[in-house]
Amino acid sequence: MADNTAIDSASEAPLKRKGVKRRAFLIGGVAVVGAGLFGISIADSNAAKDAKARIIGEGEHGFATWLKISEDDVITIYSPHTDIGQGSNTGLAQMLAEELDATWEQVRVVSAPAEPAFANVGLGRGFLADMTGQPAIINGIPQSFLSFIARQMNLQITGGSTALRFTGQITFQKVGAATRLALMETAAKRLNVPMDELTTQDSRVIHAKSSQSLRYGELAAEAATLSLDNEPKLKDPTQYRLIRQSMQRLDIPAKVDGSAQYGMDFAIPGMRVATIQAAPVRGGKLTSVDTAPALAIKGVEKVIKLDNAVAVVAKGYWPAISGLRALAPSFSDGGHADVSTASIFQAHDAIIAKGEADGEAGQGDVQAALGTKPIKAKYQVPFLHHAMMEPFALTAQYKDGKLDIWGGMQDPLATKMLAVEVSGLDADDVTFHPMIIGGSFGRRLPMYMEIVEQVTQLAMQLPYPVKLIWSREEEVAQGAYRPQSSAVLQAALTDKKRIAAYRNDYAQPESAEDETVFPYILPAVSRRHFAHVSNQQTGAWRSVNSTQQGFYNESFMDELAHAAGEDPVVFRRNHLTAGSRHLRVLDEAAARSGWGTPLPAGRGRGVALVESFKTIVAQVVEASVGEDGMPKVHKVTTVVDAGSIVNPDAAMAQIEGGTIMGLSSAIGEAITLEKGAVQQSNLSDYPLLNMAQAPLSQDIHFLNSGAPMGGIGEPGVPPAAPALANALFAAAGKRVRNLPILTQAKG
Amino acid sequence: MAIQTSINGKAVALSAEPDTPLLWVIREELGLTGTKFGCGVAACGACTVHVDGEPTRSCSVPVSEVAGKSITTIEGLKSADGTLHAVQTAWIAAQVPQCGYCQSGQIMAAVALIEKTGRPSDAQIDAAMTNLCRCGTYPRIRKAIRAATGQAAVAVEGAA
Repeated sequence: MADNTAIDSASEAPLKRKGVKRRAFLIGGVAVVGAGLFGISIADSNAAKDAKARIIGEGEHGFATWLKISEDDVITIYSPHTDIGQGSNTGLAQMLAEELDATWEQVRVVSAPAEPAFANVGLGRGFLADMTGQPAIINGIPQSFLSFIARQMNLQITGGSTALRFTGQITFQKVGAATRLALMETAAKRLNVPMDELTTQDSRVIHAKSSQSLRYGELAAEAATLSLDNEPKLKDPTQYRLIRQSMQRLDIPAKVDGSAQYGMDFAIPGMRVATIQAAPVRGGKLTSVDTAPALAIKGVEKVIKLDNAVAVVAKGYWPAISGLRALAPSFSDGGHADVSTASIFQAHDAIIAKGEADGEAGQGDVQAALGTKPIKAKYQVPFLHHAMMEPFALTAQYKDGKLDIWGGMQDPLATKMLAVEVSGLDADDVTFHPMIIGGSFGRRLPMYMEIVEQVTQLAMQLPYPVKLIWSREEEVAQGAYRPQSSAVLQAALTDKKRIAAYRNDYAQPESAEDETVFPYILPAVSRRHFAHVSNQQTGAWRSVNSTQQGFYNESFMDELAHAAGEDPVVFRRNHLTAGSRHLRVLDEAAARSGWGTPLPAGRGRGVALVESFKTIVAQVVEASVGEDGMPKVHKVTTVVDAGSIVNPDAAMAQIEGGTIMGLSSAIGEAITLEKGAVQQSNLSDYPLLNMAQAPLSQDIHFLNSGAPMGGIGEPGVPPAAPALANALFAAAGKRVRNLPILTQAKG
Repeated sequence: MAIQTSINGKAVALSAEPDTPLLWVIREELGLTGTKFGCGVAACGACTVHVDGEPTRSCSVPVSEVAGKSITTIEGLKSADGTLHAVQTAWIAAQVPQCGYCQSGQIMAAVALIEKTGRPSDAQIDAAMTNLCRCGTYPRIRKAIRAATGQAAVAVEGAA
């Protein structure tokens, strides 16, 4: 019976602060001394020792934090990124193994420990370069300083399509090249030959003259004692044998036979399973709950009250969810009972009409050039749910003063630090064990994952390990949604069919300015952000602001083309710089799609051109409207310029899947609010595109212009919605200005 | 009281409460975690297993209903010597999975479809493969099913 009582923890002190916020880099005021390696600075010998202690076993030798070579030639790479299925770990391994001249079959990739010693310095450096736009300045910053910053920020995030272009290019290729030099130096000494007579191939250093060679495994111990060259010369791309090849993804075999272990699958002896319901109106608190109905269910062990939620702990998930459903908890509404989808759109209209922007960018005298009769259109998009297929699940155990947490997160190190903060334990007593992730798309960042706080709070008061699983219903109701957003677009045309002025006034919580690239050259353009925050939590949704901004701008460009009486491709061309990457991508997409050639009756083509994460994508969608009002996508042609591609087939998969996600959201997805709460309950009323609805034919082409490498995980998403909407206009003459399209069809 | 059934060719006696969905018995009592929980309402198909050869969404079938029946999960697709099923091999060749979470269910649905139809047409694939995939691997699932049944990789619209 003692085990069957409710524990009331609602009165416990609230968390010091709500999660981990995105932090800005601070450069001034921190003194760091010493030369640096790629991962850990020499100056910080404690961190270096810690890293080695965690990963280096008997007969293994470590190089620059991220790499170890065993005496039997196994190359193990520690990735600070979370491979969510985008293939980034395979790509990172290709980049390192390429420069190392390693035998591919002997390369393994594992997740780096969620520890400060494995903070991602290359990513920090990439962010700085991106933010300042001046790589030269970044190159002048000592590596040791950057690694210090990365650790200060607990930087181990996966997001922003950064794994290969930042971590890969800035760290992993150099680690591979520098390690190769150390192995060659060791071999030169051992064979007593000059280094320039040595070559490397298949994890061996070769001296052709004397027909001798040494395995990396037999050189590793001595090579690991050398200091590595911080700026080793990288291979000329013409010498590549792994980069630019479609190597099979290393994670796939375990994903076809059921053996891959996701956070949901973790189990340890004595573990109980919990599930939870938080206040349906975000911002509300748990006011009361009669725990008896849950405790009456066989297998239920405890009902635990948290500040804004109630959890049921049981022997398994079924008794836990049955117990939760038996409860009738009362929650307050936090004063948000009047929030609805309609009220948010009304608020957007009001603040845009008032005209007091929170931020403005652009150039030229837009107001004057718009004149008195601009072309004007209002666009609206709903909150979107990430809907990754694996609902949240984390397991935590508090035992002998130490807390262990297992599960899949996009930022393992920040997850650990959040658990440190919630538990009040020392960092040394908290370990996060990263596992495979069943989809994320921006959802699994600890800054908006209450489950980290929840499972920590549960584990700290339970005498056994507990796996906390969010039901799909909880997942849908408590998201970190892409924001509901509105935009009023205005433009004036000259009598030569050119845009004289263009204004994009948009309302949503945060500015989209940092991410939005408007490629068209116009005499006067203005983008104004009007901040509106509701009670809903909003977060990064695959490609972040580029989806809604891409929809607004590329739909309105289509409207302007029609207003000018010009072909939408020609109209766009006329506003792009001759010889630009954007123009080339657009032209290629038009050519490959057969733009302008006849189509069967009822079909139309639509085009969109969106740059995000430094990658330019043009897409042509061929679509019609079915008798049921459902848009039918017949064909999609996509042209991508990401500069260069590490793994063409894996990149292709990202564009294919990103396009389907973009179409899915445009056609059917919406999170709507009534009385402050989410109205959707599960995947049954949050419709994702399925096999039959997905396009049968996708033609995807990479241009590989050689420009600096862009991201590939996200840029496939944004063009799909406007290209489809423009195709439907071409097919049926009805302009889509509100998403999802199906709501309009029904209405 | 125990419910007698067969999982992946082995007879088992299950002690779960009769109303427990088959999914949770497979995952928590038998420890076969290849079968996934996605929605709990038979909307996504991540929990698809075969019950007497029929593709079945195990999250919505009480374990009492499978007494005396034969159940196959993703772990039971390999042959006794560990050789992958032809559909699993096709899945690797087409590099289908991204996050991979839905793929056990997709593969179980595809195996059942192929056993029933031999060489499924695109229309049959559309009708049978209703499992959801948020990563958008549908084009590759179709490609793998076609490859596993000796059909050309490229689907032709209207040929269904």
